[in-house]
Amino acid sequence: MTEKEIYDILKDSFGEEIIEFAHEPPSDPFIIANRSKIDEICLFLRDADELDFDYLVLLSGMDYIEKLGVVYQLYSLKYKHRITIKVFLEKSDPNIPTVEKIWRSADWHEREAWDMYGIVFQGHHNLIRILCPYDWEGHPLLKDYKTPDEYHGIKVPY
Amino acid sequence: MEHNFIYNLINNEVIAIIAISLLPLIFVLIYALIAILGELKIASFVQERLGPMRTGPWGIIQPVAEVVKLIQKEDITPSAADKKLFNMAPYIMFIGAYAAFAVIPFSSAFVPANINVGLFFLFAVGAFAIIGIVMGGWASNNKYSLLGAMRSASQIISYEIPAGIALLTIAALAGTLNLQELIEAQSGWFWNWFLFGGDGSVWKIFVLPFTFSLFLIFLVSSLAETNRTPFDIPEGESEIVAGYHTEYSGIKFAMFFFAEYANMFVISALITILFLGGWNSPFGEFLGGPIWGVFWFIIKAFFFVFVQIWLRWTLPRLRVDQLMYMSWKVLVPFSFLCFFAISLWAMLK
Amino acid sequence: MSERRRIEFEYSGVDTERMRVNVGPQHPSTHGVLRLEVELEGEIVTEVIPHIGYLHRCFEKHAEAMTYPQVIPYIDRMDYISSMNNEWPYVMAIEKMCDIKIPEKVEYIRLICAELNRIANHQIAVATFGLDAGAFTPFLYLFRDREWILNVFETISGGRLLYNYYCVGGLRNDVYPTFKEDCLDIVRQVRATNKEIMDLLVYNYIFVERTAKVGVLPPDVAINYGCSGPVLRGSGNAFDLRRSEPYSIYDRFDFDVQIGKGEVGIVGDSWDRNIVRMNEMEESCKIIEQAVAQMPNTGDVSEAIPKKVRVPKGEIYCSAENPKGELGFYIVSDGGQKPFRVRPRATSFINLSVLPEISKGYMIADLVLILGSIDIVLGEIDR
Repeated sequence: MTEKEIYDILKDSFGEEIIEFAHEPPSDPFIIANRSKIDEICLFLRDADELDFDYLVLLSGMDYIEKLGVVYQLYSLKYKHRITIKVFLEKSDPNIPTVEKIWRSADWHEREAWDMYGIVFQGHHNLIRILCPYDWEGHPLLKDYKTPDEYHGIKVPY
Repeated sequence: MEHNFIYNLINNEVIAIIAISLLPLIFVLIYALIAILGELKIASFVQERLGPMRTGPWGIIQPVAEVVKLIQKEDITPSAADKKLFNMAPYIMFIGAYAAFAVIPFSSAFVPANINVGLFFLFAVGAFAIIGIVMGGWASNNKYSLLGAMRSASQIISYEIPAGIALLTIAALAGTLNLQELIEAQSGWFWNWFLFGGDGSVWKIFVLPFTFSLFLIFLVSSLAETNRTPFDIPEGESEIVAGYHTEYSGIKFAMFFFAEYANMFVISALITILFLGGWNSPFGEFLGGPIWGVFWFIIKAFFFVFVQIWLRWTLPRLRVDQLMYMSWKVLVPFSFLCFFAISLWAMLK
Repeated sequence: MSERRRIEFEYSGVDTERMRVNVGPQHPSTHGVLRLEVELEGEIVTEVIPHIGYLHRCFEKHAEAMTYPQVIPYIDRMDYISSMNNEWPYVMAIEKMCDIKIPEKVEYIRLICAELNRIANHQIAVATFGLDAGAFTPFLYLFRDREWILNVFETISGGRLLYNYYCVGGLRNDVYPTFKEDCLDIVRQVRATNKEIMDLLVYNYIFVERTAKVGVLPPDVAINYGCSGPVLRGSGNAFDLRRSEPYSIYDRFDFDVQIGKGEVGIVGDSWDRNIVRMNEMEESCKIIEQAVAQMPNTGDVSEAIPKKVRVPKGEIYCSAENPKGELGFYIVSDGGQKPFRVRPRATSFINLSVLPEISKGYMIADLVLILGSIDIVLGEIDR
């Protein structure tokens, strides 16, 4: 199934929640969705018989300078098709429903996105830092991140 | 006193006793060096490498270097440890191993103490090691050590049962607990060894399978008692770091190390005495006598030391529950069966 | 005994204190600086909480400050025991974006290097897995053979562990004249040793007892957790990117996708994950033999390398089948010389996340083996 067909199916089922389909080679095609019902969209993508996206390849947080984003890359082991879903978030309100109950692999990825970008996944059972120390301040992968001068008395920039 | 040539050599009893007790200690020290080198060289042979080559020709001084290194190292006592027990544990373990040498008959003319309950003594003293292990493990105040000590306690207690029954069976067959008499009962050609059913007519062919399986049972249980691979669970390196001796360093670690090697020899000597005719020559009178007896005894015992090293570098490790399963559900029932069959044979003989 | 070897830890009436043990970050078998917070009921594991990040160096932030080719050495240091494989999806992604056509010879050399590195990686995985079970000797046999592979890599790239060999559009250097013969020598040696390892370790009774029915990962759970590579295939899912979406020139070769069959236990146990690696070494040998036979002798490996890598605006996700699983790079470009975002799909990171799920109810000795069977490398987890 091509990405365009997947987009059409999603558009039929969710209407306003699905904003746009973009495909400009050589870039990968992607679908832009609204954040409010992303968990339902994901559940639909996983459970719909003709889609069967049982495999979350990658969940990445993004910083588009003026906005934050979450990118879901999905794959179906059965039909061997891929799709990328993008969600944009306002920097003032970086909240998005969690998908960890849909794909368990999202658990650590969401923790990483929180750690690196400060994106809050609402409903996540254990949203704590994963790569940085638990008491680290700030979210390092934000484009405007300033490295702290010291951490527990250790000089950070070298 | 006829079993001790030193009494005849030295007329003064006090000096003789000191000499007799020192002789095994010297032997243990030399043996430990040889065993360490053997371990290194056999391991490197198994693994297709050279092993230590720099210290002396073919690295034969390596064990000395190792011992010097261990003695030089800082002796650390963790601040949260129970200091008295912590410091005592390695020595207790070594005492256990060394005390066993008191009754080991190296030759028809030399056994440090020819007591009538030698077998019993050897077995009792062998269980001494567990006190050291549990003490060290508990006093270290380390969770890995505690786990190791717990594992060790359960392991040694479990394996003493099949080993004990094996000893009992041999005692029943020989009709004595005295080690010298036990060996004398196996004199003659090698088919008189208890491994092959002991002295007797051709009808002993029926008892042969039982003595042979008894030998295997004893070999396995004694491996488990010395905490060697595949039963090195108490110090299972990949799981609980080093088990009961995680916190030990320097000379105290060396004592544990030493005790392990001494125990290896004690176990091998016990197997030799019980099943392979001790100091008896395998070929009747050929190369017999007290002096060749020492040779035969040490050769046989070293063979089993070699077997232990060989197994260590070949086999993976068992898991705790599998170890218990093997002891209680395999070895114990079979050892009872052997006990029954061999006792029946001993009665009918 | 129940079908699953999992031990029920409800002791009725026996009140024991649970013990919390820190396994790591310094521990002989956590394969690096991984810390596992383990709750024990006697010997039985009731809870595992992995704490990672001890080796974190923020690769993604580094990458944003580098030009595209400068990122490659950092990628080497992610999964540092299969660096050749790591570089591949990254350079493939950029080549796709820039529409660079790479010479035939380069494809073959890349493929041979990747397969050799797959063998080297699986050798380490099997060796350390055996070491976790207490078998030291197979460890040295496998490391001895790995040296042969590293020697070849050293000759072609100058590095034994971190190669920086693939570059956008080609390769850093051409291979040396006897490269093909050396590859075939390695294949022969690997086959001989693997036969020995099969007898000495894999089918050893104690080893089978230790690993079969331990750490069972059901196929659906493996997919839901996003596992890939031998962990996913060990659970019986025949998913291999080389076969399902053949990248590069993998469609020209004849090889089988190895899956766990539950030969000695249950499908998806630790033994299955291990046997998949053993069999994959053989498959890699087959691929190398075919590739060496087909590889063109002439050609310039650096003819397609662009002077300056300028990636058009856009984004791409490109993945390859690494020894440990699917390694992908999600690269976002804003049209400049530096990437806007390089987001790796870190295989070990995702594979490790399944550990708490599959290790509960086994013993602490099993926990170590389960961890070993997942085959993680902390450089990739912490990035």
